[in-house]
Amino acid sequence: MSDHAPSATSLSRWLYTTNHKDIGSMYLWFSLSMFILGGAFAMVIRAELFQPGMQLIDPNFYNQMTTLHGLVMIFGAIMPAFVGLANWLIPIMIGAPDMALPRMNNWSFWILPPAFLMLASTLFMEGGAPAFGWTAYAPLSTTYAPPSVTFFIFAVHILGVSSIMGSINIIATIMNMRAPGMTYMKMPMFVWTWLITAFLLVAVMPVLAGAVTMMLMDIHFNTSFFSAAGGGDPVLYQHIFWFFGHPEVYIIILPAFGVISEIIPTFSRKTLFGYSSMVYATASIAFMSFIVWAHHMYTVGMPVAGELFFMYATMLIAVPTGVKVFNWVSTMWRGALTFETPMLFAIGFLILFTIGGFSGLMLSIAPADFQYHDTYFVVAHFHYVMVAGAVFSITAAVYYWLPKMCGRMYNETMGKVNFWISFVGFNITFFPQHFVGLAGMPRRVPDYALQFADFNMMSSIGAFIYGMSQLLFMYNVIATVIAGKPVEENKTWEGASGLEWTIPTPAPYHTFEVPPDLTKEKIHATA
Amino acid sequence: MKILKNFSLILLTMFSTNLWAQNQVNMSGGFTDVGAEIYDLHMLILWICVAIGAIVFGIMFYSMMFHTKSRGHKPADFHESTSVEIIWTVIPFLILIGMAVPATSTLLEIYDNDNAEIDILVTGYQWKWKYEYLEGDSQNIEFYSNLSTPQSEIYNTTEKNENYLLEVDEPVVIPVNTKVRFLITANDVIHSWWVPEIGVKKDAIPGFINETWSKVNEEGIYRGQCTELCGAYHGFMPIEVHVVSQEEYALWKQAKQSQGD
Amino acid sequence: MQLLKNNTIDLTVKLVMASVAMFVFVFVVMVPLYDVLCDALGINGKTSGRSYVAEKIEVDTTREITVQFVTINNSNMPWIFEPSEVITNVNPGAMNDVTFYAKNTTNKYMSAQAIPSVSPARASTYFHKTECFCFDKQDLGANSEILMPLRYIVDQNLPKDIKTITLSYTIFDITE
Repeated sequence: MSDHAPSATSLSRWLYTTNHKDIGSMYLWFSLSMFILGGAFAMVIRAELFQPGMQLIDPNFYNQMTTLHGLVMIFGAIMPAFVGLANWLIPIMIGAPDMALPRMNNWSFWILPPAFLMLASTLFMEGGAPAFGWTAYAPLSTTYAPPSVTFFIFAVHILGVSSIMGSINIIATIMNMRAPGMTYMKMPMFVWTWLITAFLLVAVMPVLAGAVTMMLMDIHFNTSFFSAAGGGDPVLYQHIFWFFGHPEVYIIILPAFGVISEIIPTFSRKTLFGYSSMVYATASIAFMSFIVWAHHMYTVGMPVAGELFFMYATMLIAVPTGVKVFNWVSTMWRGALTFETPMLFAIGFLILFTIGGFSGLMLSIAPADFQYHDTYFVVAHFHYVMVAGAVFSITAAVYYWLPKMCGRMYNETMGKVNFWISFVGFNITFFPQHFVGLAGMPRRVPDYALQFADFNMMSSIGAFIYGMSQLLFMYNVIATVIAGKPVEENKTWEGASGLEWTIPTPAPYHTFEVPPDLTKEKIHATA
Repeated sequence: MKILKNFSLILLTMFSTNLWAQNQVNMSGGFTDVGAEIYDLHMLILWICVAIGAIVFGIMFYSMMFHTKSRGHKPADFHESTSVEIIWTVIPFLILIGMAVPATSTLLEIYDNDNAEIDILVTGYQWKWKYEYLEGDSQNIEFYSNLSTPQSEIYNTTEKNENYLLEVDEPVVIPVNTKVRFLITANDVIHSWWVPEIGVKKDAIPGFINETWSKVNEEGIYRGQCTELCGAYHGFMPIEVHVVSQEEYALWKQAKQSQGD
Repeated sequence: MQLLKNNTIDLTVKLVMASVAMFVFVFVVMVPLYDVLCDALGINGKTSGRSYVAEKIEVDTTREITVQFVTINNSNMPWIFEPSEVITNVNPGAMNDVTFYAKNTTNKYMSAQAIPSVSPARASTYFHKTECFCFDKQDLGANSEILMPLRYIVDQNLPKDIKTITLSYTIFDITE
């Protein structure tokens, strides 16, 4: 086997590749393109909301935009980005030559683009794209849905299959392919968080598939899972959806925790504080994610005992999440900090995710949630955890590992500018949304009362700034890949540890064909 | 140019305290006892979060300021401490218990629906509300409540009025200081009936009936909106509640009933 | 190409089976479990779809419960559908009757299904129907009308703090 990659311009290389680095790269590029598409939808939304009154689009198209923005960002941008990072990094981090199931790896990527093509094509269908929100509550998504809903359902099925295949691959790789001496409690945090995430995915993606299958049957085969007329119940859909949906938000954020747990120690030049408590905290967050789903539905009229149970359980999640934040801060404490771009994004993550966690704690309080529910306060909350959480961590990860991946250094100044514009733009966009939400602005509305006008304008301007900073990010990444300054040394970052920094730069096409012997190595928390 | 103008407006907004005052930034305490309790709960948790945030971020910023390589700080090599981990598991847990106590009592109060004097059936439609007063003897008062903002205001051909998108042709009228029970359901898709200032939000689910209640302490006009995505015109089905004195309510009811005959 | 390790194949098979099991779980566990929980806890005010047979009837004359009847037409259901009385007072344990009037206002044969829902939801397990038109679908020819009986008992064990019960019927067009 040669150490050299086949020609990058040959189509068949990419189509048939089973190389984890190739597939990881494809996932990342795909994610970036979806991020731009979903971002474009967001820009349409914010342009319409720039001023009160209907200006640019009609209300139905507005709903299509919010629906597709959510679906594309969650399933097209964030999840594939983390799967891409997992593909690239997990085999290297555990000293494996490739993923455990390389052929399946190829399939799990290549079914994604057709699924999103199908989803995007609904925009041009009669009746338009799905307009019922990414949560697709019945009966708006069944009896009252546009005909394109069937394509939405199939797209979700394909995404589900892709995610499940990807997760099985990750689990099999981590459990069976670790180099000798790479015990579980020596694994990097990124590998740990992904292992737990993959189990979550295997458990809940089929649940989403079940929910949309029931929708399909209600629409086309006369069943009535979600219609009261035939003995069903629309609220049942919400229970099933959120049984998937809440673990799903941890699927999105746990790998982000993993990334941050790699980056903060590097730039603090210290070992991660409380490695084992981080592992336990991650596992308990994952476990608890299964028993809190109904906190998304406090207003559906649950029995009071149910409300109390879900409220207490949800509040409890603050404990392990808090432990993680305290551990990160302790890792920084008395370190020797430097602030390169990945660290800036990691710190941005830490601050903004914590704010999102606070608003999450506020939302967990059932009686207060009666006022917050389905307002812009919720929109602000989940963008603090999804954008400043997941997207910031992905950005940090790209800056952090890009030199290793392509052997070229990104432009540090441009990276820092990218961070500051992102950070400022993000906060101008989403911080005022807390205010309008508390003041009474419902979410998913294309138009609003005059008292919300100033903050919405501010939000829109922030969104355009944030959107622009992502173009800068894209430019920086592409310019680096094409013409960045070559880096030679194995270790890009002075304080970095982990197997990925022991291999040559750029990472050769095949790594660890002979597994490294780590039995005598002292790595990570056990040091 | 327009963008520039708007941008300067934003800067003005941010730095002018006068404008801050006009833009509501917090939840309304409302005009009900329950609303006030919810507000207190909200503020309590907010301040606890602010306090925790100040401590955590304070430590972090200190570290970012002084424990830097550029200041020549040498990294320490501690990386675990079981006792510290136990402390920061137990303390948040205790804080959470402190939050759960008032939250539970407020929740139980909200769920205490009994002894209402007036029952109103609220039905959500795409895209309007229907109100039906349940009365023992005579015919029920029932009417639809539609958005009354003219299309010309929505499509920017005329000046928007002060209650833009929050006004209806026929408001629901209830008496002050009276416990009113709202029975909430829907005709087609799921809607949600929300009037922030009277502390009420409940989903309207087709086929099933939900209930909630409010006892408003002050006369006035309270406005709300549908808060569950219910199709294209979800943003255009507001709620307007007029809280009036007992006498006015009786007169209104009489007029309504004679209208119905 | 190296061959897959056996334990990788084993693990893959197990994980695939787990995900298939989760898919099946939604249909065979979550849906029935939700129905059971609805029945037990009265979620959404659902009442039993079968007629109730009282074990022991003891009329509690010490208190009166206000019962309200509400009818709702689901989207575009053109029938006239209303109760003979909107509000009545009953003793727990006593057998009560009320009739509902329905008229098909269209020129074609139609089928309808009425779905009951009780509020407050926790009262629904104490609201027993011994006879109800909602147990079956209702068929009505063009322009014909019908009086439909409901016979019910409010359980004598109804929690003391519940003083008003609302029973709503939403009528759905289920014409094939």
